[in-house]
Amino acid sequence: MPLQSWLTRSRPQPGAPGLRALTVAVDQWRGIAQDIAAASGRLLALWASADAHAIPTIRAAFLAGPQGLLLSVPIMHPESPYPGIGDLFPASVRMQRAVADLTGLRSSDADTRPWLRHAAWPQHYRPLIDPPPQILNAQAMVDDYPFVRVEGEGVHEIAVGPVHAGIIEPGHFRFSVVGEKVLRLEERLAYVHKGIEERFTQLPILEAHRLAARVSGDSAVAFSWAYCQALEGITGNSIPPRAAWLRALYLELERVANHLGDLGALGNDAGFAFGLTQFSRLKEQILRVNDTALGARYLLDSVIPGGTQRDLARADAAALGQCLREIADEAQRLRIIYEEHEGVRDRFNGAGVVSPELATRLGLTGLAGRASAQAFDLRCDLPCEPYTQLSVQKITRSEGDVAARVAVRFDELQESCRLIQHILASLPDGPHRAPLDAPAAGVTGAGLIEGWRGPVCVALEAGPAGTIQRCHPHDPSWQNWPVLEHAVIGNIVPDFPLINKSFNLSYSGHDL
Amino acid sequence: MLKTLRQIASVGIVSECPPEPDAGFAVGDQLQEHIRAVLGRALCIRHIDAGSCNGCELEIHALNNPIYNLEGLGIRFVASPRHADLLLVTGPVSRHMEAALKRTYEATPDPKLVVAIGDCGCTGGVFGEGYASCGRVSNVIPVNVAVPGCPPSPGRILAGILTAISDSSKVRIASAEPA
Repeated sequence: MPLQSWLTRSRPQPGAPGLRALTVAVDQWRGIAQDIAAASGRLLALWASADAHAIPTIRAAFLAGPQGLLLSVPIMHPESPYPGIGDLFPASVRMQRAVADLTGLRSSDADTRPWLRHAAWPQHYRPLIDPPPQILNAQAMVDDYPFVRVEGEGVHEIAVGPVHAGIIEPGHFRFSVVGEKVLRLEERLAYVHKGIEERFTQLPILEAHRLAARVSGDSAVAFSWAYCQALEGITGNSIPPRAAWLRALYLELERVANHLGDLGALGNDAGFAFGLTQFSRLKEQILRVNDTALGARYLLDSVIPGGTQRDLARADAAALGQCLREIADEAQRLRIIYEEHEGVRDRFNGAGVVSPELATRLGLTGLAGRASAQAFDLRCDLPCEPYTQLSVQKITRSEGDVAARVAVRFDELQESCRLIQHILASLPDGPHRAPLDAPAAGVTGAGLIEGWRGPVCVALEAGPAGTIQRCHPHDPSWQNWPVLEHAVIGNIVPDFPLINKSFNLSYSGHDL
Repeated sequence: MLKTLRQIASVGIVSECPPEPDAGFAVGDQLQEHIRAVLGRALCIRHIDAGSCNGCELEIHALNNPIYNLEGLGIRFVASPRHADLLLVTGPVSRHMEAALKRTYEATPDPKLVVAIGDCGCTGGVFGEGYASCGRVSNVIPVNVAVPGCPPSPGRILAGILTAISDSSKVRIASAEPA
């Protein structure tokens, strides 16, 4: 069945614009997934919850053509595996394993190893279903995870982490190498699994945007906006125009700050400490003007249900504009230095290549995807207010190496600086927040925001009396972590930090 | 190369000097002396993310930028707990990081200091305690100083490190305590 005939059966989905919702039976699940894959659709997220009759339900968000599609698949026989879609959407494999860890629902795919669960809670305990356990393992021991072994003459393993030799989030990397060449990398994550999805169900729905902002602190605006978009979809309220424009201002400031930080760190990892010094100085300038103009260096609590926490005074807008003009000029000057530096060029070019074909096959997304010709950006393809009026220029490259991911950052930095000037010049008058109606129990809302790393998705189900039935926040790192394993194959071990940094994926956003 | 040099020259030195002798940053010179007196060398810090949302990491990174210029104060981040005098711990401690945090603490030679960073490190923050979270850092290892904030600014993190260092009685307490 072509995708269009599924879409005609779908209904509007509250939340982000352009979203549809559809419930299919478990025996139709693979069929529709095949049709979405055939139409070059993208898997945004996959999680599990329960429907209105408490029937366990697999849910998945796709982008299919010009629309987003939220699928629900009730699982009538939860004791038997539901059909897996790992062959169609490889990124789904770890999501399905996470669903099994948190809810006990298992897919039919071959990899049945735990993913989010280490030894901290018992195998039979389902955190999102069962009441809190009386006795947790007194001290979580380190479990024996079955890594895939590479056999052969001269092959040895290098185990790194979870605690890394720097100011980095924790995770474990298992390299199989011959000499200094990487044959295989296997990641093991979830060291910072904090039980965020369970925590959501303990918070009032009107206050949990604070938790959403802390799913991945470097993407706080993207997550809190996506959460609020989902919530405002549930209550049926639209926010004042000024609030939407202020949110876009915050989102672009978050993008600029992160890109500046990454560009400096990438120079440093290529042995050019000058780059780190210069870019970290520019980043500090943004954080300071944020602090004076917006009340915080990092905008963790700036997006709130119904609008924004603060308004922006005219003088502060002028200061922001002036700072961003200087940053755009300086970044351009530094770009030329990077591009003319032979040592930097030598390290960036050809390192950690993800070809466009592989990127398509594995579903590489966001910034890293755009560096491998995945021309997709929610701000252009499924825009919400005010992006419908901003005509964002989509940045893509096709080389797929570290240099391409650096170039996309440089270009997006300039584009975000342009957008910020445009927003500051065209900020509509009026209130910056509006009251929300009470959210009705049983309604689901979905938020979709293009964060600096890629598309952030939040699915929110309202419970009775202002509670949260279920909230699933999804970071684009889920899609991109498995691709990093491919990107390092054939590279030398000392290039891994550089390649890893060029993706700069979130551990916290993934581990939840 | 010429452009690089020109950029370095045109930016100049941006590291901030203390505006007031008693302001947070003013302890710079005294601190260097104090560190030398206590340790005889630079203060070495090992950072451990025990479950953070990565917000605190962004501000810890900022300490190394030329404006805060941590190394200029005689403080540096090191790659191994065995080289460290002080552990800078962020996050509510996830249960999956509990063992790694304890091992890192045990691997740090005495006398050692622990500074917990951020609201989560102080109280468990928005994540609290649950099936996957042990809550605040002091639930897992002894803590000398806890710095609230979400995330705390680089200045406050620095002030927390200074507080831990300047109270050398804490060093003795930490060294006397079994791990």
